[in-house]
Amino acid sequence: MRLFPKKFSVRDLAVPLLFVLLCLVGVVYSGQPASFLINAIVERLGRNSFLVISLIIPIIAGIGLNFSIVLGAMAAQIALIFTIDWGFSGIGGLGFAFLLSVLPATVFGFLIGKLFNRAKGREMVTGLITGFFSNGIYQLIFLFGAGAVFPILNADSLLPRGVDENGVARFFGLRNTIDLSAVQYALDDLIALPRPQGIVIPYGTFLVIALACLFVWYFRKTKLGQEMKAMGHDQHVAEVAGINVNRNRIVATIISTVMAAWGQIIFLQNIGTINTYNSHEQVGMFAIAALLVSGASVSKASVWNALFGTFLFHTLFITSPLAGNQLFGEAQLGEYFRVFVAYGVIAVALALHAWKGKKN
Amino acid sequence: MQKKILKQFIEFGIARSIIVLFVIVLFILAILKDMQIAELISDSLARIGRNGILVLALLPGVRGGIGLNFGLPLGIICGLIGMLVGMEFDWTGLSGFVSALSIAGGLGVLAGWGYGVLLNKVKGQEMMVGTYVGFSIVSFMCLLWLLLPFSNPKLIWALGGKGLRVTISLADYYPKILDDFLSFSIFNVTIPFGSLLFFVLFCFFVSLFFRSRWGRAIAATGANAQFAKANGINPNQTRVWSAVLSTVLAAIGIVVYNQSFGFVQLYTAPLLMAFPIIACLLIGGAEVGRATITHVILGTVIFQTLLTIALPVTSAFIGGDISETARIIISNGIILYALAGVKGKTA
Repeated sequence: MRLFPKKFSVRDLAVPLLFVLLCLVGVVYSGQPASFLINAIVERLGRNSFLVISLIIPIIAGIGLNFSIVLGAMAAQIALIFTIDWGFSGIGGLGFAFLLSVLPATVFGFLIGKLFNRAKGREMVTGLITGFFSNGIYQLIFLFGAGAVFPILNADSLLPRGVDENGVARFFGLRNTIDLSAVQYALDDLIALPRPQGIVIPYGTFLVIALACLFVWYFRKTKLGQEMKAMGHDQHVAEVAGINVNRNRIVATIISTVMAAWGQIIFLQNIGTINTYNSHEQVGMFAIAALLVSGASVSKASVWNALFGTFLFHTLFITSPLAGNQLFGEAQLGEYFRVFVAYGVIAVALALHAWKGKKN
Repeated sequence: MQKKILKQFIEFGIARSIIVLFVIVLFILAILKDMQIAELISDSLARIGRNGILVLALLPGVRGGIGLNFGLPLGIICGLIGMLVGMEFDWTGLSGFVSALSIAGGLGVLAGWGYGVLLNKVKGQEMMVGTYVGFSIVSFMCLLWLLLPFSNPKLIWALGGKGLRVTISLADYYPKILDDFLSFSIFNVTIPFGSLLFFVLFCFFVSLFFRSRWGRAIAATGANAQFAKANGINPNQTRVWSAVLSTVLAAIGIVVYNQSFGFVQLYTAPLLMAFPIIACLLIGGAEVGRATITHVILGTVIFQTLLTIALPVTSAFIGGDISETARIIISNGIILYALAGVKGKTA
């Protein structure tokens, strides 16, 4: 694994440097002790890295930023909802959720891959809209279907909906939050090792993240990975060379979606609750922004980009409301600022990529 | 004749036919449930007048070759600034409305020009770049709404004396100034004459514009940039014009929207506004590369009617509010349908 790219250009470095600067300002003006910041950053690294890593394989295959990892997150929540409802708990329960999520994630990934093949050249905007669209379907299923069309064992998780004609109380649709305490920290605390300086290190999660990094690194070296790399360089040349481009693009999307599902399970086992109708919505945007702040682009990204980007982005994320409060007496300002940064960095990366693509 | 109707129907597409059918079914259900049909139609008409110009704003983009303008929030922000400036100085009534329109239009020209220049640099990715330019500008304005030195107590938070409110009432300024202009009732249906007239007038102006030399140059670029170039048209320039026109119309469109709605909504309100508007145009029968005034009017009428009657009708039948979910599915579904290039096969 190469730690740094061979050639540095100003453009590659400009975004990460600007971000390092912003983070430094944030850290200095947050007015918090180092131990608080380190704890918060380590926690968020564990929580988010896996999701960011899930973006890499479609980039290698030339599909671009996979905005539809939101569907992976939905697959994760579907799996977790049933895992909890069926009474599983602990690491066994979490393992069951990991396995269960593969099924919907594979189906979603396959469908998205098919869709991307129909919308070549506009995969990203298609992925974004697919996320919005599926959110509607997801709402339909869980807000109206749960308890009415398919059974939910635990009646406490259903919404009261008044009474029917016979005066019997009706319950359907899942509540807005689902308690995950049965599986909370199951992965984070799987491996008990000492905590240096009181820093809570989620060793289990870090191990899984390391495995994901190794997988991506190894995947690049396989035949399939090499084919995808060729596709990323030039789809037409790859096609002429006899590579089954369409099939490989679907495979790349499936891998990404399944990894996103696992990433979301890791995220949620750390948080400890599911916001049934919101937890997945922002997943794509934050993961993509995190990847891009490291200097990755629509066509080039590595595991190091994912880890370094997650570190930078979440440092800013933690410190900006605090700094906003210290500097302007208004935490809200910092919150708006970090959202602006997330959108802004994606806009700049997309524009630069399209700009460069046009020149070539 | 029958063949022609069939052909038109197939071109209209299955997805769109389903939506029209859905509207009809909702109306039948409303009649069965003895609901106030007149009221439903009045509300639909109000919403058509409210949204019409925003949908129309997409037309120059599609015609001029920059595709569906997902950067619509840029124009919306210009419109909001136009309104807020007048409101800060307590300009009310007609003068307030006209000043809002003019400032909005002026800002729209500037912003649209910059946006057009940017889109020229990112050809082929206009929709994605546009989406995120829109998101960025809306989130950047969230900062500015807090920081800009507005001081009129009707606009800013009562406590702290700083930062604009999330929702500002137009009650003291120009509520429904267009909707109420020459409005009348027929069979208990209120017709928001002014807003509808304004919408029709703008449709007329835009179609007139596309008949002019200038407009034809823009449309020629959209149809075939190489061909336009061969005829002495500078495609980059006409693309900027179409971006300017689209942004100005969006700026005017939001002013019209808000006078009818009665409130100015700031902060994250404009963030996702472009998507249902784009869905309107597509439901009318437009495609990523082709749109007409008929598509604008038809789409606005169908989709806005659907949105208006879906809520009361579905909540009468199902306990919860399923209409918001239906709105998300339909508006994004139709955009997805267009992006994936699914079209009815012409016989």
